[in-house]
Amino acid sequence: MMNYNEILSKKVVDMKPSGIRKFFDFLSDRKDVISLTVGQPDFVTPWHIRDAAIDSLQKGKTYYTSNRGTMDLRKEICRYMQRRHTLTYSPEDETLVTVGGSEAIDLAIRACVCAGDEVIIPVPSFVCYGPIVTLAGGTPIYIDCKEENRFRLTAEQLKDAITEKTKMIVLPFPNNPTGAILEREDLESIAALIRDTNILILSDEIYAELTYGVKHVSIASLPGMRERTIIASGFSKSYAMTGWRIGYTLAPPEITEQMFKIHQYAIMCAPTVSQYAAAEAVKNGDEDIAYMTGQYDQRRKLIVSELRAMGIACFEPQGAFYVFPNIGSFGLSSDEFCERLMTEAGVAIVPGTAFGDSGEGFARISYAYSINHIMKALEKIDKFIHTL
Amino acid sequence: MDKILCLLEENSRLTNRQLAAMTDRSEAEVAAALEAYEKAGVVLGYPALIDWDQTDKEYVQAIIELKVTPERDTGFDKVAEAVCKFDEVKSIYLMSGAYDLSLIVEGKTMKDIAFFVAKQLASIDSVTSTATHFIMKKYKDKGVNFPAPEDERDNVN
Repeated sequence: MMNYNEILSKKVVDMKPSGIRKFFDFLSDRKDVISLTVGQPDFVTPWHIRDAAIDSLQKGKTYYTSNRGTMDLRKEICRYMQRRHTLTYSPEDETLVTVGGSEAIDLAIRACVCAGDEVIIPVPSFVCYGPIVTLAGGTPIYIDCKEENRFRLTAEQLKDAITEKTKMIVLPFPNNPTGAILEREDLESIAALIRDTNILILSDEIYAELTYGVKHVSIASLPGMRERTIIASGFSKSYAMTGWRIGYTLAPPEITEQMFKIHQYAIMCAPTVSQYAAAEAVKNGDEDIAYMTGQYDQRRKLIVSELRAMGIACFEPQGAFYVFPNIGSFGLSSDEFCERLMTEAGVAIVPGTAFGDSGEGFARISYAYSINHIMKALEKIDKFIHTL
Repeated sequence: MDKILCLLEENSRLTNRQLAAMTDRSEAEVAAALEAYEKAGVVLGYPALIDWDQTDKEYVQAIIELKVTPERDTGFDKVAEAVCKFDEVKSIYLMSGAYDLSLIVEGKTMKDIAFFVAKQLASIDSVTSTATHFIMKKYKDKGVNFPAPEDERDNVN
């Protein structure tokens, strides 16, 4: 008999499964539930992007590409960054095409974090940073972003968390699940803290195109920050391309070279067909972004207004496609609230605790759904809270 | 173009409060805009989109092409107005191309529609020919798929 307890990696065995997963497993048995849980666009990838992929297949482009990604795609990514975010990167040695934003995050952390290093992670946030840091031998240091600070990371909090062991700060903004963003002045005060240090920034900008009323600012565009910033981004959210698994990193050559080695050995290259699709997206997809962002914005305003009309306190998100209402006043824990909402009212939303303990008292509602769908769910939520 | 119209076309149950939130206006402004649209005949009604095939309603619909001799002063308008008066006629369009008027006609049975075409439509003086195409199945109407497609997205993150 194998003794798995002895042979499996202790670090991996000790890793907690994603909290959000547990809730989704519970949800998958319930077909009658109206869900507002999904973390991906409801739009299908725009046709011209799919067509570019089909065209590449018809032309037989089925081989590996360069490990770094096709030069055409890397050039287009750099043109896009210049056009939309006024950032200049070299396609040759500063750009790496990855399997989604997730690989980009993994590469950034693994290429930089050593045993004993501390990585500062604002929470609530996407669930992957901490476990990857732990796998790399580092220690995640979590900072609770507070509702009263509009879920932004403040320089004061950061100052208290920085030690001589701090290797990296993760900036997951625009944020999943809160919808918070960081504006230029927030970033400037963060930059001022670390400008003369050796601390790196991992800026997860996967939702950079999905902001409302305020344009996203990358910390890399601030003086002294480009040299220490790794941008992890991708096509999933902005172009509705989640299933294509295509993302990228942008970072100085010294860092890119190290990430490249991991990518080369672990992945080889991102899927070729997806790279052709992504090149079309980034070349000709600005209008798609504008259309989808406009749709998300209407839904965002609808949900925030309706939740507030119900008497639920709701921070107004300015990015991504989630709202993160405060459900603390109902006297239930986040888990209890969401479980009862699902079993008694047939509406699924995600407990805030799935994104870290600091999510207690909150819940994530996705608005990557049609207005009709959102309306149905909101009517049921309204009825439900009157029973509490 | 006013966003309110697009939103209402998608869901006419949206309240003024909801429309106001989504279009950055006050409820009073939305109410005034809607009243103006109704008065001007821009917004003509707030019907629901129903998939009658899911109900026990017995009905048949047909698309009918009419070729019409236009009249000197009124063109196709007079005959179109006459055709509009029949309850069986649900929609009527003036077309470019091989025929002039396109009608969507509804009856309980195919026979009903056949009689209606023969007796009511074909007998109009200016109608020179009719062609009846029965609708077998509806896949999409007013931008909505019948039946609504299932959400295939998985919860993964």
